[in-house]
Amino acid sequence: MPKRKDIKKIMIIGSGPIVIGQACEFDYSGTQACKVLKEEGYYVILVNSNPATIMTDPELADRTYLEPITPEVVARIIAKERPDALLPTLGGQTALNTAVELAKNKVLSKYKVEVIGANIKAIKKAEDRQLFKKAMVKIGLDLPRSGNAYDLKQAFKIVESVGFPAIIRPSFTLGGTGGSIAYNIEEFKVLAKRGLESSMINEILIEESVIGWKEYELEVMRDKKDNVVIICSIENFDPMGIHTGDSITVAPAQTLTDKEYQNMRDAAIACIREIGVETGGSNVQFGVHPDTGRMVIIEMNPRVSRSSALASKATGFPIAKIAAKLAVGYTLDEIPNDITRETPACFEPAIDYCVVKIPRFTFEKFRLADPTLTISMKSVGEAMSIGRTFKESLQKGLRSLEIGKAGLESICFKDLAEPKADEELTQEILEKIRVPNAERIFYIADAIRIGVGIDKIFELSHIDRWFLQNIKEIIEMEKALLKHKDKVSDELLTQAKKFGFSDRQLAKLWNKKEIEIYKMRKSINLEPDFKLVDTCAAEFQALTPYYYSTYDK
Amino acid sequence: MKAILALEDGTVFRGNSFGATTEACGEVVFNTSMSGYQEIITDPSYKGQIVAMTYPLIGNYGVNNEDTEARKPFVEGFIVREISKIASNWRSSDSLDSYFKKNNVVGIEGVDTRALTLHIREQGAMKAVITTQETDEGKAVESAKRSPGLVGRDLVKEVICSKPYEWNAQGKYHVVALDCGIKLNMLRILAGLNCKVTVMPATSSAADIMNLHPDGLLLSNGPGDPAALSYIVGNVKQLLGKVPIFGICLGHQVIGQALGGATYKLKFGHHGANHPVKDLKTGKVLITVQNHGFCVDTATLSKKDIEITHVNLNDNTLEGMRHKKLPLFSVQFHPEASPGPHDALYLFDRFVEMMKNN
Repeated sequence: MPKRKDIKKIMIIGSGPIVIGQACEFDYSGTQACKVLKEEGYYVILVNSNPATIMTDPELADRTYLEPITPEVVARIIAKERPDALLPTLGGQTALNTAVELAKNKVLSKYKVEVIGANIKAIKKAEDRQLFKKAMVKIGLDLPRSGNAYDLKQAFKIVESVGFPAIIRPSFTLGGTGGSIAYNIEEFKVLAKRGLESSMINEILIEESVIGWKEYELEVMRDKKDNVVIICSIENFDPMGIHTGDSITVAPAQTLTDKEYQNMRDAAIACIREIGVETGGSNVQFGVHPDTGRMVIIEMNPRVSRSSALASKATGFPIAKIAAKLAVGYTLDEIPNDITRETPACFEPAIDYCVVKIPRFTFEKFRLADPTLTISMKSVGEAMSIGRTFKESLQKGLRSLEIGKAGLESICFKDLAEPKADEELTQEILEKIRVPNAERIFYIADAIRIGVGIDKIFELSHIDRWFLQNIKEIIEMEKALLKHKDKVSDELLTQAKKFGFSDRQLAKLWNKKEIEIYKMRKSINLEPDFKLVDTCAAEFQALTPYYYSTYDK
Repeated sequence: MKAILALEDGTVFRGNSFGATTEACGEVVFNTSMSGYQEIITDPSYKGQIVAMTYPLIGNYGVNNEDTEARKPFVEGFIVREISKIASNWRSSDSLDSYFKKNNVVGIEGVDTRALTLHIREQGAMKAVITTQETDEGKAVESAKRSPGLVGRDLVKEVICSKPYEWNAQGKYHVVALDCGIKLNMLRILAGLNCKVTVMPATSSAADIMNLHPDGLLLSNGPGDPAALSYIVGNVKQLLGKVPIFGICLGHQVIGQALGGATYKLKFGHHGANHPVKDLKTGKVLITVQNHGFCVDTATLSKKDIEITHVNLNDNTLEGMRHKKLPLFSVQFHPEASPGPHDALYLFDRFVEMMKNN
């Protein structure tokens, strides 16, 4: 289908100020949308209150309004500019909420503005927990047990059947604000009240706890002809109970058999169809019970999300750009894959590397904040790394956080050759693994350093044993490197680089200077390879230069 | 244990073995599926081939008792970047390493599989050997050269059932599945669609098949060169129009030949779970599972009798066809998935529909 000619002016709503839960990823998606729509010849009207964004650069839109993103202000802009269409799915939750308000106030109908991407009905169906639940039950998907409450009395009644711990999620908020976990009735009373207050419509969902379950996300795209593809699967290192934005996440999924993955794929496709997102990207989240494999759908974002930005960079598939093209009527098979140019965008990227995303926290700036990680997002940024193995990517990501770590280094021990922990320190380490926090990954490594087994760590954290085994292999390598510090074989050094050990990290282990390690490497021709992110695992020629470094020779 | 992967053109990769310690030769191909290695290694179509997985981390979820596509693994050898030291999944019953040991399959890990894939993409699929026995690279390359390869080879006879058996005793329609190296999921799906299913070896005659009075005939996938299967092609020629036929992969290539067409070898084949195929009737795109090194040449098919129903959007090769007059259709890709997306499952319903209308 060719692009639509019946619309000429398109309004895009940006995401406004940078806040926790909504940062530059939405500038990235919005900017791509502006570029695409202008290239296609549409007149683009942009509303974004944040001038420190790329999308508000003068050449990106035809009209740019640096005004507060409130329904009242946007309504006045609509009255003045008279756009034919509103694209609300690329500016995060703010844009989506504003679009819903504009529809409710009848501004959109008054000025005959068509909502493209996801229509208001679809947005409501995905965002309103009760409607969502009903829709998912209709298509036969399993969900956690739950109920909706509009006041405290109802809330108490529901929690009786759901049991503790219970999750409290307010409807229509930013970045999971106000979402919380209650372990007993006293906590529940406080948290339910807070949740009701933070919801735009005074509604909370009280839900069966799936804390500790394996957590997955699929990035889905759909076009007008109902072609649906999965761009990327993401497995969370940190299980359910920690906001995805605060979790270490890995792409693609690592511990699902194909049978289980395909069930999830079918569910995600059924979900986007039932919710009715006509064109563009959505993000669907699932929980999987680690012992029984029971799969429940958690939520669906009918828009480009934080994870879409990650998935775009992880696969080379430009989700926001394609979403904008789909919104104006193109279909996936009509759009060429940017990277291969020869093959169409209607496919599912095959990746031949492992991507790790690690959140960055700055609790030192928020002295009064509780540093425990929960279902409300607390991180302020993230680092993404690409490597050929999880071990390599994890260590690359950790040193990219700029927190003074050159890899998976110790947080408790100076002497790594013989790390000793007394009873008190051991208990502290185990406690830091049990209660999620910003440094948990380092405490896990330290626990392994002092001989705590994978099963014990799993029991405390519910982090999949596959991830823990890989961390263990990094620590075993560290021990081997220390043992052979006086005479390191070329083979061991090569293996260490393949495990993601940086020169600085090795220098620290061996009390040497970084430059000495560099020279040692050079002397045996141990240098990084640069491999392409090409969407197709080398099956086709790639034309876009997007590389990552790795040791793989 | 140290292992060598040597290609017939002299390219050598060194790594460590897992699974059995032995020597195995075959045509080396790459598969781009990110999950589903257990289905891949047990797919009889891989007889005669060594498979390199482009996804670098393999073995993560171990192997289980349900996700096999045949009675044992058929892949000749397996190449990965890193084999997992742990099998982490609630259904896992064994590790890939141990499963390979029990079934005498050799794997090699520590190979730069992307470099290998690029090499195959540029130079084409080629003969190779994985060995833990030979330490001399030159000698390993010689073994690769001496190995028989795939062209002109009938491998079907090496993988099929020895005699007919009933997969599903009851059902509304009776399907004879001609086993050319059949993946079990085809049988599971047909049984699920209320079909009685009898599996017959590919060596059965047309008369043997018709004696069972089937409502439909499924021609399965299978290994090797389709041009070496004149006995199956001959039987299918006799059956055209006598019984509704559905062909998958090798079965599609057999039908192509029975209708007078010819097959040719692709440079490095299609092996993966993300190939876009357009259904020309609905205009919709299916994400399909593919595993073929040979292809039916569209130019050799009679336009008068045959309608092209599916094409591959990556390279425009033929993916599906139907006969304009006879109850017959076939696809090059794998609607039974396993591993891979379920987008094309509807073709089995179409087969049932065809039997109903016949």
